[in-house]
Amino acid sequence: MGWLPDPVEALLEVALVGELTVVGRDGRPITHPLIPLYDGEKIYLHSSTLFSKKLEHIKRDPHVALALTDPVAMKGNPDRATISGTARVIEDDPHTDWERLILGLWRKKEPAIDDFLKARVALPLFFERAVIEITPERCLYWADGRTDCAPVATRAPRAEAA
Amino acid sequence: MRSGSVPVHEPTAVDLDRLATYPHVVVSWIDDDGYPTSVATSFETDATAGTVALAAPAELPIPTDRELSVMGSHIRPQPGIGYDERRYLQLWGRATADATFTPTQAWGWDETEVPFFEYSERSVPQSRRYLAALSREKGRTIRPRLSLFWLALRTTRLPFLTATAVPVLLGIAVAASHGAFTWWTALLTLIGGSFAHLAINVTNDIFDTLSGADDANTTPTMFSGGSRVVVYDLMTIRGLTWVALGLFGAAAVIGLLLVAVTGSMALLWIGVAGIFVGVAYTAPPLKLVYRGLGEFAVALGFGPIMLLGAYVVQTGRLAWEPLVVSLVPGLLIALILYVNEIPDRRSDAEAGKRTLPVQFGPNAIRTGYLVTAVAAFAVIVGGVVGGVMPWPTLIALAALPLVFRVHAGLKVHYDSPYTLMAVMGINVNLNLVVGGLLLAAYVVVIVVTQLA
Repeated sequence: MGWLPDPVEALLEVALVGELTVVGRDGRPITHPLIPLYDGEKIYLHSSTLFSKKLEHIKRDPHVALALTDPVAMKGNPDRATISGTARVIEDDPHTDWERLILGLWRKKEPAIDDFLKARVALPLFFERAVIEITPERCLYWADGRTDCAPVATRAPRAEAA
Repeated sequence: MRSGSVPVHEPTAVDLDRLATYPHVVVSWIDDDGYPTSVATSFETDATAGTVALAAPAELPIPTDRELSVMGSHIRPQPGIGYDERRYLQLWGRATADATFTPTQAWGWDETEVPFFEYSERSVPQSRRYLAALSREKGRTIRPRLSLFWLALRTTRLPFLTATAVPVLLGIAVAASHGAFTWWTALLTLIGGSFAHLAINVTNDIFDTLSGADDANTTPTMFSGGSRVVVYDLMTIRGLTWVALGLFGAAAVIGLLLVAVTGSMALLWIGVAGIFVGVAYTAPPLKLVYRGLGEFAVALGFGPIMLLGAYVVQTGRLAWEPLVVSLVPGLLIALILYVNEIPDRRSDAEAGKRTLPVQFGPNAIRTGYLVTAVAAFAVIVGGVVGGVMPWPTLIALAALPLVFRVHAGLKVHYDSPYTLMAVMGINVNLNLVVGGLLLAAYVVVIVVTQLA
C-alpha cells in the first residue's frame, strides 16, 4: 500500500486541482493544472488527446511532480504538499482504458462526470484520454500551507533504501 | 512557438497584472536528480520592471542557475456540477539570489476569454498529431471512436430532420384537406424525403471539409459548424462518400417508386430539382453557398420542393395552395440556416463562403431576420385573406412572439457563439411551432370537411 503521510493522502482525496510539472523538450519545467485521483498507492491523472503535449513530455522524461497548493480546490484544507515520482502513460486504447482504470475514482471525486459522459457525442475528442500513473517517490509536506517553514520530507521506502 | 493551442509569448505588463490577481504562485524547477520540484509561495509583481518578487520558501532555495516556471491558477468548484472560472497563467524565466524572478515567456488560458469548447476545438490538430504518433508507435491505427448510434446521429445530423418533417407533413395535410390521402405513400414520402435530407447533409459536410471551412471553424455549436466527423477523424471522406451514396440511393429508390405509383412527371422533376439544389449547395461547380445563394437554395428546397413534392405524391397534380403554404416553412427554415450561419461567419469567410452574415453586418442581419420572419407570417395572413388558405391557419400567428425573442436575442448574443445557442434553439422551435400549428389547422379543416 501507499507510504504517503496521512495529511498528504487527505489532500489527494479531496483535491479538485493539482499542479503537475513535467520536464519539457528543452529541459525546462512545464506545469499543468489537472484533477488528481488516488487509489491509496498510486496517483492517477488523465489527459484528453486534445491537450496531450504533457503526455509527449512524460514519455520523453517520466520524472514529474504534483503540487497540491490551492485551499479552494482542496475543500478549504490549507495544507500543501509536493509529490515527486515517476510517471507512466497508459494509452493503449484512449477510448476505453481510462474508463476501466479511473472512472470510478473520478466519479467519486466529481460525480458530475456522468452527466458529461452522457454528452460524449458533443465533444468526442475530450473523452479520448490517456492515463498518467504516478508512482510517488518523494514528498514534501507543509502543514497549514506554511511554505515559510521547513517542509516535512519523506521518501518511498524503496527509494529510501536505494 | 506554440504550446498546446495557446500561443507562448513574451510577457507583458498585462501578464504581470493578471498574475497579481492570483493568491499565490507555484514555483517549479528541475532539481539535480532530474525531478521537478514545486513549491507554493506568495509574491509581488512589478509590472513596470517586469519582475516578480518571490517569497523564498524555507529550506528550499530557489535556484538561480536554471529556468523556473511560475504559475498562478484558479478554479471555482461548483458542487454537483463541476467547476468554472478556470484560468491559469504560466511564466518562465530565471531568478536572482534575492528570489526576484524575471520572466521571458508566458502562456495561459482563461475560459472567460476563450470558452472551453473553443479551446478544445483549437486543440483538435494536437489530438490528431498525438494519435498519429501513437499509431506509429504501436504499429496499429488508433483513432477516436463513437458508438455506431452516436456516430450515425452525428454524421447525418439526424436531429435536423425536423426541417424535412414540417414541409412534408404540411404537404400531405394540404392534400388530405383536398380529399387525397394514402397512408403508405405518405409514409414513403416522409422516409424518402428524410433520406434525401440526410444525404444532402453528408454531402455538404464532404465539400465543407474539402474546402477547409470545417477545419477553420473553431466555434462550432450543436446547431452550426457541420458534423465535424472528418475533422475529428471519426470518419474518412471516403466513408462519408459511401454513406452519402447509400442515402441518395435509398432516397432515389423511394422517389422512383412514388413516381411510378403516381405516374406524375412533375414529381420526378421536383425530386431531381431537390437533389440538384441540395448537392449544388456546396458542391462544385455551382457551390451556391459560395455565391451568396445558400439561403435561397434552402428556402427553395425545404419550401416549395419538399411541400409541393409531398402534395403531388398524394394528388398527382400541382396547385396554388400548397405552393403558398410552402413559402412559410421555406422562409422559416432558411432563417434557421441564416441564424446558424452567424457563429460560422468568420470561418465561412475564410473558406470563401458568401453567406449573408459574411456579407452584412449585425444590424442588417437582425433587420433581415425580422423582415423575413414577419414575411412568413404575412404569407399566412395573405393566404387567408386571398382565399387560398383556410382561416384556421391564422392560429399559427400565435408563434409570432418567438420571432421577437429571436430578434432580441440576436442583439445581445450576436458575437458569442455559445450563448447564441439558446437563440438558435428558439429559432428552430419557431419553425416547429408554426409548422405544428399549421398542421393542426389543416387537421381541423379535414375533420370538419369529413363531418360535413
